Amino acid sequence: MNPAEQNQTETGSFWNDTGRTGIAAWIFSTDHKRIGLLYFYSVLSFFLIAVVLGVLLRIELMAPGRTIMGPQAYNAVFTVHGVLMIFLFIIPGFPGSFGNLIMPIQIGARDVAFPRLNLFSWWLYIVGAAAIVTSLFTGGGPPDTGWTFYVPFSARTGTNVTLAVLGVFIVGFSSILTGVNFITTIHRLRAPGMTWKRLPLFVWSLYATAWVQILATPILGITLVLVIAERVLGAGLFDPGRGGDPIMFQHLFWIYSHPAVYIMILPAMGVVSEIIPVFARKPVFGYNMIAFSSLAIAAAGSLVWGHHMYTSGMSDTAILVFSFLTFIVAIPSAIKVFNWVSTLYKGSISLEAPMLFILSFILLFSIGGLTGLILGAAATDIHVHDTQFVVGHFHYTIFGGAGFTFFGAMHYWLPKFYGRRYAEKPAVIGWALMFVGFNITYFSMMVLGLKGMPRRYYDYLPEFAPLNLTSTIGSWILVGGLVLILVNLFRGLRSGDPVGQNPWGGATLEWSIPTPPPTENFSADPVVTHGPYDFKGAGIP
Amino acid sequence: MTKDAQDNTAHSIGYGKLTAVWLGLLCLTALTVWVSRLDLGIGHVWGSLAIASTKAGLVIAFFMHMRYEGRLLRLLLFVALLTLAIFIGFTFFDVLYR
Amino acid sequence: MSHPLHKDYAGAKLGMWLFLFTELILFSGLFLLYGAYLARYPHEFAAAGREMHLFFGTLNTAILITSSLLVAMAVTAIQRDERRTTLLLLGGTVLCAAVFLFNKYLEWSAEIGRGIYPGSPKLVAGPPGESVFYGLYYLTVGLHGLHVLVGGTLLTVVALRVRRGTIHGGDYVWLENGALYWHLVDLIWIFIFPLYYLIL
Repeated sequence: MNPAEQNQTETGSFWNDTGRTGIAAWIFSTDHKRIGLLYFYSVLSFFLIAVVLGVLLRIELMAPGRTIMGPQAYNAVFTVHGVLMIFLFIIPGFPGSFGNLIMPIQIGARDVAFPRLNLFSWWLYIVGAAAIVTSLFTGGGPPDTGWTFYVPFSARTGTNVTLAVLGVFIVGFSSILTGVNFITTIHRLRAPGMTWKRLPLFVWSLYATAWVQILATPILGITLVLVIAERVLGAGLFDPGRGGDPIMFQHLFWIYSHPAVYIMILPAMGVVSEIIPVFARKPVFGYNMIAFSSLAIAAAGSLVWGHHMYTSGMSDTAILVFSFLTFIVAIPSAIKVFNWVSTLYKGSISLEAPMLFILSFILLFSIGGLTGLILGAAATDIHVHDTQFVVGHFHYTIFGGAGFTFFGAMHYWLPKFYGRRYAEKPAVIGWALMFVGFNITYFSMMVLGLKGMPRRYYDYLPEFAPLNLTSTIGSWILVGGLVLILVNLFRGLRSGDPVGQNPWGGATLEWSIPTPPPTENFSADPVVTHGPYDFKGAGIP
Repeated sequence: MTKDAQDNTAHSIGYGKLTAVWLGLLCLTALTVWVSRLDLGIGHVWGSLAIASTKAGLVIAFFMHMRYEGRLLRLLLFVALLTLAIFIGFTFFDVLYR
Repeated sequence: MSHPLHKDYAGAKLGMWLFLFTELILFSGLFLLYGAYLARYPHEFAAAGREMHLFFGTLNTAILITSSLLVAMAVTAIQRDERRTTLLLLGGTVLCAAVFLFNKYLEWSAEIGRGIYPGSPKLVAGPPGESVFYGLYYLTVGLHGLHVLVGGTLLTVVALRVRRGTIHGGDYVWLENGALYWHLVDLIWIFIFPLYYLIL
């Protein structure tokens, strides 16, 4: 699939000769664009495996009692589905793939601050992923604790938690190093004229994300080390019989894992801020507030982890404090939504695939966010905690939010790197199937949760059967749409219509260089004289 | 980038100053051991932390050159320390009020 | 890359500081647990603290502080392009690291000899607060010791490069960043020492 053979403008593109041949030209490359594609295909592969696991879960749940698997397998499948989706797809996904592909170009740099460290980050990701995959087939088998690895069960279960958790630790280290790299890059390598106020909002979002990666991920690191210490050394730090407190594990776990969801969503919001101005042909409304709100979300989001623990036995004081703070974090997110909608107002909107994914993001993420308030209010949370309502909530935010944006970004930016594009009609049909299927699948879950169906249970009461069947059928429609857009996209990247330098009419720097980008990105250091959404200033109609 | 020129000049701390800091750190160590022998009850924790923080401040300011670094680095250190304080502090909303 | 990127000394230093923040936060998780359990078991923590080897703890504190001095001096020495002095100072730092680890070995041998190690029958049978104290102690000091080992190795590699001339007065960011890492190791011990040896 080498576009260099097909497109004549490619002499000097990053696809060309690097002095190495074959796979070595990729896995030893320090070019941020190649590393970005390495990450992209890695995360996408694990995403697809996890989708299959998700489909299997829904088949099991489509009727009460056993359908295709027993309870132990069910526990393992939902655990691995979560671990793969969260640690191997959505957390590394945006920074590793589109962050690497796009951010250096958008700031006018030739590469990141530490290119070799960047490559090392990807290797760590692969080693960690290999450890996780190995844990599924060795020791006591795939972990069955849920991706949250709560003690005491994770300390006692015979499944291969130790190796899986070690793998996650290594992937976390990869995430930390990416954060260090991106912060340094954005501070040090901006081109002349690229002031902080002219940075594309995607870069602002990656900056805020990188801070979360740096400050929160180490807590995950120590938490996972503690789980291994419990299992291997019998340290007894979370064992009530030995003086330990399982709730302390939950604090440590969620101190990372709540900010982690902002690692998942902030870059996605950055992509939304890129795509809306371009497809509405209007500069973004409220640039300063959108940039500021990214930092505010990262900061406020680090204060609220206790909202996962209202029913754990934590003190009432803590419940009060965390509930109050959780409501505050909704504010900067709402600011973004208002500004996006204001950008659309009186814009000249064209509804192509990237825009469709982004517009549906706004709806789906809003539903997810509002249901997050229901969960964030301690009183209502008592009723819905650990029910299917939570599962619906986080799929709306992570899948409907970050996931849909990831697909939008794929359609928006990959043509730039491949020099070819997807076919529009199948993409729209695929999107429509995904949108309809998604809502059927996950809205059903929210209703089920309100009616009282617990999450992570292998079986359920007969009264929940109709909605479970509905949800499963929705999942088939969703996956059908997903397959369609992926096949269409990759076929297009391989042999679709050629794409010029600026197919979408964007004003950010990636659209000012040849398609596909040359290895050095810019022939000379660019001097920036206009803002990222200043179409007139960039000379774009 | 012109800001590079300033950022890349080095500041050097003389051996004498470094030795003075070292002596200060040793004195503070002796102090903290002595304080721990006194009958202070819970005051031990706060006293020890205060002295340890002072020692840490000396190491960061002089051994790690933070005294001579730009505003950005100092701001970032503050952000990291604030984050740490929040993680531990907010957990105590739970721990202290069970 | 067809041409080498220009070296960005300030950028390398920024990157190192950011990495140090992550190390700080890694250990803060263990200090968080310490704080929570101290609040729950003040008497058992104090009792266990009294049994710790104050001599080893104080000696190791002095050793690490001295090693920090030596490596800080090494940075000054390389800035003055005094290669021999730099090598001596770096050697001194690594020697301190080795002595620290040896003391640790002696101390732990004594503890393990007394039946105190994670999951030991004595701790399992004893008061819960004591078990938690020692569990946290071994984990924290063990993780710190690992960092001493890593730091010592890093500074050895730096010393070799100084000897070869790759690190010199015009380009010494590796030494400076190595020194920063070493200071972090010292910083963490500055807090470990009073919390585990001096809570009386």
